[in-house]
Amino acid sequence: MGGYFEDAYFKAVSRETVNSECEMANPSGAQGTQALLAEQGTIVEERLNEILSSYEGREDELIPILQQVQQGFGYLPEPALKKIAKFLKLPASTVFGVGTFYAQFKLVPSGRNIIKVCRGTACHVRGATGILGEVKRQLGIGPGESTPDLEYSLEAIACFGSCALAPVVVIGHNVYGRMTPARVKEVLGNVGGEK
Amino acid sequence: MSFADIQKRAIAEWDALRHGPTPGILVGAGTCGRAAGAEAVLAEIDRELTQRNIDAIVMQVGCVGLCYAEPLVDIIKPGRPRICYGNVTPEIVAQLIEDYLVKGNPRSDLALGTIGHGVVDGIPNLFELPMLKSQVRIVLHNCGFINPTNINHYIACGGYSGLVKALDMKPEQIIEEIKRSGLRGRGGAGFPTGQKWEFCRKSPGKEKYIICNADEGDPGAFMNRSLLEGDPYSVLEGMLIGARAIGAKVGYIYCRAEYPLALERLRIALEKLEEYRLIGDNILDSDFSFHLKIKEGAGAFVCGEETALMASIEGKRGMPRSRPPFPAVSGLWGKPTNINNVETWASVAIIMQKGADWYANYGTEGSKGTKTFSLAGKVERTGLIEVPFGMTMRQIICEIGGGILAGKRFKAVQTGGPSGGCLPSDFLDTPIDYDSLTSAGSIMGSGGIVVMDEDTCMVDVARFFLSFVQLESCGKCIPCRWGTKQMLDILEDITNGRGKPVDIELLQELAQSVKDGSLCGLGQTAPNPVLTSIRYFRDEYRAHIEEKRCPALVCNALISYYIDPEKCQGCMICLRACPAGAIKGGKRVVHVIDQDKCTKCGNCLNVCPPRFGAVIKTSGEKPAIPEEPVPIGFAGNTDAGQQ
Repeated sequence: MGGYFEDAYFKAVSRETVNSECEMANPSGAQGTQALLAEQGTIVEERLNEILSSYEGREDELIPILQQVQQGFGYLPEPALKKIAKFLKLPASTVFGVGTFYAQFKLVPSGRNIIKVCRGTACHVRGATGILGEVKRQLGIGPGESTPDLEYSLEAIACFGSCALAPVVVIGHNVYGRMTPARVKEVLGNVGGEK
Repeated sequence: MSFADIQKRAIAEWDALRHGPTPGILVGAGTCGRAAGAEAVLAEIDRELTQRNIDAIVMQVGCVGLCYAEPLVDIIKPGRPRICYGNVTPEIVAQLIEDYLVKGNPRSDLALGTIGHGVVDGIPNLFELPMLKSQVRIVLHNCGFINPTNINHYIACGGYSGLVKALDMKPEQIIEEIKRSGLRGRGGAGFPTGQKWEFCRKSPGKEKYIICNADEGDPGAFMNRSLLEGDPYSVLEGMLIGARAIGAKVGYIYCRAEYPLALERLRIALEKLEEYRLIGDNILDSDFSFHLKIKEGAGAFVCGEETALMASIEGKRGMPRSRPPFPAVSGLWGKPTNINNVETWASVAIIMQKGADWYANYGTEGSKGTKTFSLAGKVERTGLIEVPFGMTMRQIICEIGGGILAGKRFKAVQTGGPSGGCLPSDFLDTPIDYDSLTSAGSIMGSGGIVVMDEDTCMVDVARFFLSFVQLESCGKCIPCRWGTKQMLDILEDITNGRGKPVDIELLQELAQSVKDGSLCGLGQTAPNPVLTSIRYFRDEYRAHIEEKRCPALVCNALISYYIDPEKCQGCMICLRACPAGAIKGGKRVVHVIDQDKCTKCGNCLNVCPPRFGAVIKTSGEKPAIPEEPVPIGFAGNTDAGQQ
C-alpha cells in the first residue's frame, strides 16, 4: 500500500491538479510539484482538523469521515487519508482499502459538474445506452473520466431508483427524468448556465 | 404530555387541513415527482398564490404511486372532495388556480380522480382508476396523502398507536403477534419475521442491536425509497416495536447515499420523534429506551447482504462473512443483531396498529399480507404499487400497468433484480408469492418488476446484469470474482457476434460453479438472469451464435442501418446528422450509408422524417440497395436493386 501513497497516488493526483501550474513555474517539473503538494498539504490539514474535531476517533466513524472529506474536497486527498488513519489509529492500508472499496469515494479530483447517467435495468431497457452515448459524444469523455478543464465528470451509476421515469440523468441535486438523446444537449446546457 | 393528548392535538391539525376554511394544495414531491418537474410546479404555485394574494396551505407529499402521471398536484377546496391532477406543468398550475381555486370549475379535463367522500361531476374516484382499483394499500396507505415531515399527520392517521400497544405488552407477546400475522421478510429471502425476532430475543447477551436495511441496491427497484420519502414514521414505528420485542437499546438505519431525499426525511423524522419523546430514554414514560442512528451507505451493492452491511456500519469494507454464526447470535460488533428491510418494519407498525388477524386476511396460505412492487420498464403506467400475494403477473402488468408500452408485444418480466430472473409469458398467470417465483427460477427479491417487450434483447439483458454483478462483486470468493468475469466475457462475445456453439453449455457450467462456490447471496444468485434467459429464451442465444443475428435489433455489433432507395427523398437531414460522416448523397439523390464508417449510433433513424421512414435497421440480412448514391427514381435501375 505504501506504493500507492508514495507513487501511484502522487502520479494520479499531481498530474490532474498541479502539474500544469508547476510546469509554468518550473519547467523541470518534479521539484515544483513536490513543493506545491506540500503547500496543498497544509491547506488540507487545516480543513481536515476542522472536520475531525467533531469525531471521537472510533473505527466506525471512518466512512462518515471519508464522506465528509470527500464532500469538502471533492475527492480524498492523500494527506487527508494519512491523517485520518492516524486519527482513528488504523493502518493507512485499511483507510485506503475502505476508500477504494466504495463507489462513492474518489482518489482524484472530479469535475465541477458531475453528470451521472443511470444504467439501472429500467433505464437500460428504455434506452440508457443511447443517453450515455450522447453524453459521451457531447462531453468527449467516457464514464469515470473528467474533461481536461475539470468542468465536467461523467459517471455511470447503478440505479437512482427513479425507474418509473426512466431513463434518468442526475446532475447535482437535479434529477432529469424521461430523457431522450435529443434532450441531453439542453440538460448539459442548463448546467453550464448555472455555474 | 400523554400520548392521548399528542393524538388529540395531531387530529385537530389534520382535520383543519382536510376540512378547514383554507384551501390546500398538495404536490407529490418525492424523487420521481421532482424528476418529472415538481419543483418548477411548486415554484409556480408559490408565484401564482402570491401574485393573486390567495391564502392556501401548500404542502409537499410523498409518492402516491402514479409515477407515470407525475408531477401530481392535489387540491383541497373547502366543502369539496380532494381532487388529484396529473401531468401538471407550470402552465397548468396557473389554469388550475384561476379556474378551480378562484372560479370553482374543477377542470375535469385535467383531473385524474377524487379522493375521499363526495362526488365531482365528470371526475372518477381516484381509487376506481384501473391502476389503483385492484391494489390493496396497507404499507403505502399514507404515501402521497400525508406530509412526510409532519409527525402529527402520521399520528392522526393511527401512527404510534401500535407502539403504545406494544409498550403494554410483554416482548414475547409482541413476537407472538408478529408470528401470527404470518409476516415474512420483505427484503427478498422471505424468512418469517417473528421467528427471526425470537432467535435474537433468546440469544444470550445484554447488548443487542436492530438494523433497518435501506440499502435498496437492486437496479429497477424503488419501493423502499418511496416508502422512506412518503412515510418515514411508519418505518421508525416498526423499529421501535421491534426493539421492544427483541430487547435492543440501539438501532441503525443503513440507507444508501443515492437516496438523499429519503435520508433527509429520516433525519427530520428522528428529530421530531425526539421532540415528542417517542425515542430516547424512557419512551412515553415507560421503562423502554431506544436510540437510533442513521448510517449513510457509500455505494456498494453487496452491502445489501446483512453481514456485509454490518461490516460497513463498523467502518470496514463491506465484505460478507460466512454464516453461522448468524447475526441473531453474533452480528454487529459481535452482539446479537436483527436486520429487517424497510418494508418489513413498516408492515410491523401497521400489524401492531390493526392486529395480526386483520393482516393475515390478505395474501396466500404461505405468503401473508401485501407486497409493494415498483413497476417499471416497457409498461404504459409505471409506478409504485401494493398488491396482496396471490395476484398474477398478468393482472399487475395488464390491469394495473395498463399493458405494454405503445402496443408492443410482451416478451419477459424481470423480478428480483440481478439475483432474479426473466420470466416469459407462460408465467403470466401464476399467482405470485415467494415460492412460485423461486420455482420458476427467479426470486421475489425486494420487489422490482421490470417489464420487457419485443424490442428487448434477452442476451443483452443477461449481459447487462452480469456486467453489474461483476462490477459489484466484493472479490472475496474467487468463483464470484472470476466466474462472473468469465461469464461476462462469453456474453460479450455472443453479443458481439463472436459466439461459439459451446458457449451456452459453458455458461451453464460456469453458472453452477459460481452458485456453488460463493459465500453470499450476491454470488449465489448472480447467474440467475443468465440461467433463466437460457432456459426460456434459448432461441435468442442461438440466433446470436449461429446466425450472428440479434432478433430484437439491440446488439450493436450485429445490426446495420441502410437507407431504402424507394423511400429516400434526398433531403440530406440524416447526412448532416451523421457524426461519423458515413452517409453519402446529395440534394434529391438517394443517400447511402458506408457500412465501414457507420458507428451504429442510430442518429439517422431518429432524424429521418417519419413521413419518409427511409432508414432501415436490420440484423443478419442485407437489403437490396444501391452501393453508391443515385438520383431519386433511378434506384430500381441499378444492379443492386435488381438482386
